[in-house]
Amino acid sequence: MAAAALLRRLPASRAPATAFMAARPISDSTASLTIETSVPFTAHLVDPPSRDVTTSPAELMTFFRDMSVMRRMEIAADSLYKAKLIRGFCHLYDGQEAVAVGMEAAITRNDSIITAYRDHCIYLARGGDLVSAFAELMGREAGCSRGKGGSMHFYKKDANFYGGHGIVGAQVPLGCGLAFAQKYKKEDTATFALYGDGAANQGQLFEALNISALWKLPAILVCENNHYGMGTAEWRAAKSPAYYKRGDYVPGLKVDGMDVLAVKQACKFAKDHAVANGPIVLEMDTYRYHGHSMSDPGSTYRTRDEISGVRQERDPIERVRKLIYAYDLATAAELKDMEKEIRKDVDAAIAKAKESSMPDTSELFTNVYKKGFGVESFGPDRKEMRATLP
Amino acid sequence: MAAASSLHAAAPAATPCRAGITSTPVARSVRVATAAARPGAGRGRLVARAAVAAKGDAPSCAAASNSDGHELLLFEALREGLIEEMKSDPTVCVFGEDVGHYGGSYKVTKGLAEMFGDLRVLDTPIAENSFTGMGVGAAMKGLRPVVEGMNMGFLLLAYNQISNNCGMLHYTSGGQFKIPLVIRGPGGVGRQLGAEHSQRLESYFQSIPGLQMVACSTAYNAKGLMKAAIRSENPVVLFEHVLLYNLKGKIPDEEYVLCLEEAEMVRPGEHVTILTYSRMRYHVMQAAKTLVNEGYDPEVIDIRSLKPFDLHTIGNSIKKTHRVLIVEECMRTGGIGASLRSAIIDNFWDYLDAPIMCLSSQDVPTPYAGTLEDATVVQPAQIVAAVEQLCQ
Repeated sequence: MAAAALLRRLPASRAPATAFMAARPISDSTASLTIETSVPFTAHLVDPPSRDVTTSPAELMTFFRDMSVMRRMEIAADSLYKAKLIRGFCHLYDGQEAVAVGMEAAITRNDSIITAYRDHCIYLARGGDLVSAFAELMGREAGCSRGKGGSMHFYKKDANFYGGHGIVGAQVPLGCGLAFAQKYKKEDTATFALYGDGAANQGQLFEALNISALWKLPAILVCENNHYGMGTAEWRAAKSPAYYKRGDYVPGLKVDGMDVLAVKQACKFAKDHAVANGPIVLEMDTYRYHGHSMSDPGSTYRTRDEISGVRQERDPIERVRKLIYAYDLATAAELKDMEKEIRKDVDAAIAKAKESSMPDTSELFTNVYKKGFGVESFGPDRKEMRATLP
Repeated sequence: MAAASSLHAAAPAATPCRAGITSTPVARSVRVATAAARPGAGRGRLVARAAVAAKGDAPSCAAASNSDGHELLLFEALREGLIEEMKSDPTVCVFGEDVGHYGGSYKVTKGLAEMFGDLRVLDTPIAENSFTGMGVGAAMKGLRPVVEGMNMGFLLLAYNQISNNCGMLHYTSGGQFKIPLVIRGPGGVGRQLGAEHSQRLESYFQSIPGLQMVACSTAYNAKGLMKAAIRSENPVVLFEHVLLYNLKGKIPDEEYVLCLEEAEMVRPGEHVTILTYSRMRYHVMQAAKTLVNEGYDPEVIDIRSLKPFDLHTIGNSIKKTHRVLIVEECMRTGGIGASLRSAIIDNFWDYLDAPIMCLSSQDVPTPYAGTLEDATVVQPAQIVAAVEQLCQ
């Protein structure tokens, strides 16, 4: 099927054949491989990048591993939510891993990423660890936001990951502000502002895009189009669901978001474009297996056949697995072992996160202001607001 | 970043002269946090300088500063403060509609675009929601933007950004990000500007946790508060008033910064504490003339800091006078007066000899007709009547 098709169009690799033989059991070779993306890019107002993506066996193995960790984390979060250890809103990213991993492969930690509430995997991609992720989800003090943010508020300042935002679309002007700061400080880096197909209809997006285009900011607006804004299909919400074209005067690229190599290629292209010419829109055609959040079964507005169909045909991890087999980078048994080990790691991280305690009550009042002002909170109905008279 | 000195300043001993409004304000000693430089701090990081100030406890009210100071209009004082901060800190930039080439709709940013260039003084399109959001994003990444709302009322369009992002990101990120943003602009009831252009946004913003609010009322405190707001690591909303921009005042020649959380003693007295801010300060002082002639001795405090309240200064005053009148321009429902009243009851109930009176604007959209507009806000005659009633 797909694997056979891949084998048929096996391009001449730039490394000699011996490189593969020397790289057993699991290849960690950094010799370059050129692989074609699943589908060509569709472009708006710009020449699309080539379909041939340069990668390496080591990179493909990293893709497989990283995406598997993300997948495992999200599934574990599902169980934790049902066990009532995670409360409130929990938006899971499984199915969309290729976007997080491909983007990270194309950029550096000096570039900035900002996203909405489906942020657990982007946090991992930016170097976040499993323990602080699970601790945050369970509201413990070892969490990445000290238990005070929750699922929708993961941040990692030292990796230029700006969160983690609950209000749909509000993160896009923030992202353009980050891009502004990058330009102001002459950093030669770019900002990737992620949003969904639902957020694509927010006015502030177009306002921010207008300003970014006027001021030539290195802003890349990435629409993770999973085709449903909670329960509303894209054709019912957007008169024009060609999100990559919605920038109008801003160039855009439509990318198969389930193909990690295509994502990597597109993000690299976009970063170079944005730093030189100003904003560009990327539309990642992707899919989420879970519902919008854990409160949404995800099956009232789409058929189970559709979900399983995508899982069969387009799953990002399976695609990389087939590539690994095609290029003989690892055997099925080795990959299975890797997955088992990942599962153990995730379980260990959950156990460790559970050991962390709930935040102390005094944490209620910390970080409201940068300096405490010597009073605990400001509000006329709080007993804590006191002044001592001489 | 450790503060070298506490921002929670005890009010310095009040020494303004008793004759009334001081004409040459002393550059009072104020405490400003000096940021200790982090080891290995990145380039472009400046340490805030402590205020160069004469001591506030000089026996006379004449300026203890070396020179006489200079006179200017309130909007020029704001401008001066902004220019000084932009010169000393390259991360300060200005976003707003018509702030650059046009020079600012109230001339606060006049000439700044020529001085600092288009990358530091940015003309935005009419898109408050997004440029306020961009200000927050830029602040997250280390800049210190000053976002101007051409009229405060327009910032209602940016309410989500101000409330959820600006106010809360320091908390939800567990302290990782700070948002040293300044949001400023003219508000308040003007001269027949109509309902939508006469808003008092301090009532809407006051419950946002993480935000600080100050209101300036004189050329002296305008410049001082502008500088303090820019230097603050927290997001600060600086409320200016449309009718006060052309107010003349004398300010010191040397540099000074005021404390954001401190109230200003305008006129010390014994009989009643009148708490006010912004334009209403002038209505109060006009009423004070009448009251003094009638034999009353009101203590007038310009609270300046709308969030948090300077309960120390306010409390000391209530302890002395035992009677409180609040005069504000917000509407009766949910205004600053309502919160201040609550705070005073919670903290100083035992010191009160009479119920707290609060004079606010009427709960109506501001009408266009001049007479009706005058009836919407508190007038000096009402203040006089209120004090007479309180001091019975």
